[in-house]
Amino acid sequence: MNRVSTVETGSRNPLPEGEGGRRRRPGEGHLTQRISRPIVITQAAEGHNGKGATPHPTRLRRATLSPWERGRALILFIALIFFPLAAHAVTPAEMLADPALEARARAITTELRCLVCQNQSIDDSDASLAKDLRVLVREKLKEGMSDAEVREFIHSRYGDFVLLRPPMKPGTALLWSAPLIALLAGAAAVWMAARRRAGLAAAPAKALSEEERARLKALGVSDQDRSES
Amino acid sequence: MIVETGHYALVLALALALAQFAIPFVGARLNDAALMRVARPTAITQFLFVALSYGALTYAHVVSDFSLVNVIENSHSLKPFIYKISGVWGNHEGSMLLWALVLSLCGALIAIFSTSMSDRLRADALAMQGLLGAAFLLFILLTSNPFARVAPAPWEGRDLNPILQDPGLAIHPPLLYLGYVGFSIVFSFAAAALIGGRIDAAWARVIRPWTLFAWIALTLGIAMGSYWAYYTLGWGGFWFWDPVENASLMPWIAGTALLHSAAVMEKREALKVWTIFLSILAFSLSLLGTFLVRSGVLTSVHAFASDPDRGVFILAILVFFIGGALALFALRAGALPVGGLFAPISREGALVLNNLLLSACCATVVVGTLYPLALEALTGEKISVGAPFFNTVLIPIALPLALLMPIGQMLSWKRGDLLAALQRLRAAFVVGVLGAAAFGAWYGTPFLSIAAAGIAIYLVVGGLSDLVLRARGGSGRGSFKRLAGLPLSAFGTSIAHAGMGLTLLGLAATGWGVESIVAMKPLSFYDVGPYQIGIESVSPRQGPNYSEVFAVMAVRKNGATIATIEPAKRFYQARRMSRSEAGIVTLGLGQVYAAIGESHEDGTIDARLYWKPLVTLIWIGALVMAFGGALSLADRRLRIGVARRAAAPALEPAE
Repeated sequence: MNRVSTVETGSRNPLPEGEGGRRRRPGEGHLTQRISRPIVITQAAEGHNGKGATPHPTRLRRATLSPWERGRALILFIALIFFPLAAHAVTPAEMLADPALEARARAITTELRCLVCQNQSIDDSDASLAKDLRVLVREKLKEGMSDAEVREFIHSRYGDFVLLRPPMKPGTALLWSAPLIALLAGAAAVWMAARRRAGLAAAPAKALSEEERARLKALGVSDQDRSES
Repeated sequence: MIVETGHYALVLALALALAQFAIPFVGARLNDAALMRVARPTAITQFLFVALSYGALTYAHVVSDFSLVNVIENSHSLKPFIYKISGVWGNHEGSMLLWALVLSLCGALIAIFSTSMSDRLRADALAMQGLLGAAFLLFILLTSNPFARVAPAPWEGRDLNPILQDPGLAIHPPLLYLGYVGFSIVFSFAAAALIGGRIDAAWARVIRPWTLFAWIALTLGIAMGSYWAYYTLGWGGFWFWDPVENASLMPWIAGTALLHSAAVMEKREALKVWTIFLSILAFSLSLLGTFLVRSGVLTSVHAFASDPDRGVFILAILVFFIGGALALFALRAGALPVGGLFAPISREGALVLNNLLLSACCATVVVGTLYPLALEALTGEKISVGAPFFNTVLIPIALPLALLMPIGQMLSWKRGDLLAALQRLRAAFVVGVLGAAAFGAWYGTPFLSIAAAGIAIYLVVGGLSDLVLRARGGSGRGSFKRLAGLPLSAFGTSIAHAGMGLTLLGLAATGWGVESIVAMKPLSFYDVGPYQIGIESVSPRQGPNYSEVFAVMAVRKNGATIATIEPAKRFYQARRMSRSEAGIVTLGLGQVYAAIGESHEDGTIDARLYWKPLVTLIWIGALVMAFGGALSLADRRLRIGVARRAAAPALEPAE
């Protein structure tokens, strides 16, 4: 039954799998993306309705829909009608066929911030802007740019804010040196405390005052006893 | 009527908090025992009134009283019962009320259990607790009143944010608050000691159980939150260096440092000034965290509402208490006598080094969290400080710290023998190196994972070998006797250190995880690490306040199905929001993790499939750490002045 559905989808979409998805992601910037979304929905809705209206030769062979088919129909219904904006971080469709290139792309995108999210990398984000950037990074890699060039390309377009690893520059010098400063300051404090302690230990004990001597005498201890022990 | 009672109880609690501050404080200055005695009953009564108020709000949520703005905005009549209860703290007003509740609970705990200390110290500490309580109750009543009514009441509420509707979230905030606010006890005692001018080993003995108590709760709270993020957010990340997460990590690191320096102070009367400073710091960082989360300076899933008035108010509380405490510290700390002497190579020396490294970590997290805010405020430049920064700068500090942990345990007080300590750790070194080699051979690169795994194993073996070495010498029977004769706190230290090792091993293993992002075709199987995963069916399902589509996936190994998982995509009607529900199965110590996304016309469904070896150790390690802490807390020598039941009533008001 499942094989039937694969054949059917195959006949509807002649492109080899993986290609089909990427084709509809031009990644021209998020505005186009937003505008193009309703079109995607309409297409889906037509496909959904069309199922009952114009019977396809292969579909005639089946009397009922399998659980898979029903589930899929519902997923389509919910996914595309109710929450069209609920995309998923890194989708299979946008991934590159070359695993090495894809790994490089992932390494880059995990260090780029999704500009409209809260402290999320574009690799993790569902936002459409993040998706555009992911696609952009992959396109640039395919064009033959090196990792550093791609990073620089994105950096020059979106500024420091896009880099999750802040660039080293005068403004961030304090940030990057914070751990070292903390360690050195702490070590200095420890050293000074140790010196103070050692100084106190080395210094001869203060001579007893008259009053203290009197109190010791009252307790029956002489000054000499104390210094001997 | 019940709601009005709750509101009124909150006002009364504020009055009681003010009394709890003023009367004992004046009493302590005048040395008037009668006035000082007012502290204990007012602290307990203040807690009861806040609890009453909290109970009233919970009642309103449970019966879906939509005449309350707070209930409308965060509840729904169809929401499952448990989320009606957890929804009380799933919003700004309610979570602040929970904060005040835990704060007053801490006051009540001091009043009930702190029997073995001077009246004056207790009176001053409870006065401080009262002042803190008053500030937060005032904040709630003036800017974040959860009892605000609306007329006419709507028929239905707007429901709770779907990603907060989760069992993990039912436990995470109360635990976290118990930890955050638990440090207020230590803070109050530090302030009281500075005011009274008497700081000695007895003081350290008083604060150590409370530090442990707060630390255990915070450890569990952070672990819980991280596991929640792991299975809710859909891609298996468990720590994002989000400012809000950092807000909980900062007091945890400071608390860990405090735990160790308080041990030195208790045993050797040394590090007094530093211990007092850390006591102030731990709670100050909790306050800073609250400010960051509640003021709207940062926006995240935790910042339920942002409002400039609230931000300014919390900033005022922050400046008043932190500034006040630090000023007091600056005035009085110089007068503190220098404590016991010790050689650089000694248990004390090792603990100083531990504190130095932990403080550097803490400072780094604080700077990393606040730097973007400060830079933007000062120069208008916007930068991001994310996970790559924190990983780069913290790993070089954290790994040496891990290496030092067992060595410190092996050194004796006052003057230690480093060579002897290293010799005693021979077994741990050997097992660590062998372990790293084995992991390297099995999983391969990255090298950081191999090195970290080796250190982790060394940490576990080193932590536990202290116990073994102390018990050894003599016949087997004698060793058992000796082992049983060791103080519980020795077990606590070893077990907590081993727990840290387990967590580190889990973290190291994330480098060996396998990820596969595929458009899954029905009934075809995809390789994920040693397993194959395939979709068997996809069907819709109706939940109480959501509808979902779930996939049944089979997990196979060598052709045989060993488990099925059900990742789902949920849609919550009331908020028109969707969230993904991961399908997870634990195999050994690792987990297979699957999340589904969009489905396509060609019948495929996007899925993220993961094999995460040893991942459960991250949280198991945290549980072990907390267990070690609990053992130390149960130690007879520490129990004086604090009962073990302390943890039980803490969770009561949530019901």
